[in-house]
Amino acid sequence: MALSYILETPCPGFNFENSTRNTVLDGLLSGGKSKTPSPLKTGTTIAGVVCEGGVVLGADTRATSSEVVADKMCAKIHYIAPNIYCCGAGTAADTEKTTELLASNLSIFSLNSGRNPRVVMAAQIVQDMLFRYHGQIGANLILGGVDCAGGHLYTIGPYGDMDKVPYLAMGSGDLAAMAILEDGFKPNMELESAKKLVRDAIHSGIMSDLGSGNNVDICVITRQGVDYIRPYEESVYKDKRYRRYKYKAGTSAVLTERVIPLEVVEETVQSMDTA
Amino acid sequence: MNTRGLRSQLKDSVPVAGLCTQAGSYGVQDPLRKGFSSVKNELLPSHPLELSEKNFHLNQDKMNFSTLRNIQGLHAPLKLQMEYRATRQIQRLPFLQSSNIALDTLRGNDESIGFEDVLNDPAQSEVMGDPHMMMEYKLGLL
Repeated sequence: MALSYILETPCPGFNFENSTRNTVLDGLLSGGKSKTPSPLKTGTTIAGVVCEGGVVLGADTRATSSEVVADKMCAKIHYIAPNIYCCGAGTAADTEKTTELLASNLSIFSLNSGRNPRVVMAAQIVQDMLFRYHGQIGANLILGGVDCAGGHLYTIGPYGDMDKVPYLAMGSGDLAAMAILEDGFKPNMELESAKKLVRDAIHSGIMSDLGSGNNVDICVITRQGVDYIRPYEESVYKDKRYRRYKYKAGTSAVLTERVIPLEVVEETVQSMDTA
Repeated sequence: MNTRGLRSQLKDSVPVAGLCTQAGSYGVQDPLRKGFSSVKNELLPSHPLELSEKNFHLNQDKMNFSTLRNIQGLHAPLKLQMEYRATRQIQRLPFLQSSNIALDTLRGNDESIGFEDVLNDPAQSEVMGDPHMMMEYKLGLL
């Protein structure tokens, strides 16, 4: 008796049907020489500082795919709410989708309650989401924002660990950036010196880490509003692309010229009926 | 009096009666889609998240209800579970996709968005069961 008509409705959410096939195929293709494609990682330097009047977030703009720079102008500072922005390091797709889901949840909340969300609420939502998936979602996030209680900076790791700190760096260049932050941070810094400190931290990450590079983006969040400066500083190693490679007429000299006139021998017209 | 029909009208869902776990559409092994069958594949989960995701809502409900019972006494989870049962029975015919509005409102799913709303949405599934057969299965006439 065929069972094709009795259908079990598929469970919404992640589908694990292909995971056995994937583990079997992993080393099987051409004797282990070809591998499954690896996801795009951001190999990043991101940093954040709580200053007087708000929060300053900074990030580099390079996205790598193994040894190749995949994106030179990648946007790593994501919008979450009008008063909350989030920098993401790790797997590019995971950080994008996690922050988008977080932004959607917070906008539903704002529409329901009529208020701007608090930063601790965003941190709690994303922590619950990442803990549920036990680290399989590779997203290291720095969540920063200003709400009624002042400026806050939270770090959330892929396994769901959360910490509230006054200054922070994450990503593959975090050691270099952290060194600059540890040296230059003072509590209640003023905005301009905080911006310079974050820029210096990202710059040292760009210089010392292979996975970070290109430009520096800065996002300044204050009670009055958000200033997303992209790019804050462009890399000095930019290449100049003209994008039009047409040569002027007369670049190559004409040696001889021969004109052959074409004679029309016969002309027939066949009309097509276009309905 | 058709007691068999009455009893099966209380079913919540239409389960698949399979001969073996490797069975494809026609009741025989389907190695192209499901791979070679082995006892290990059937007993152990292939992905670390598979079991925890399958039971996630059940476990969360159990945890919440037991906390509620400890705090407020037996009546609180009892009343809530009665409401859940009532709303779970509001379904369309088995081959159609039900909206589950009341169930979603009770659970709080109407105010949040997660991977369940984006990935593998059952409302956009490309296969559908045969209407007559599924109704007969549900009523126990098969």
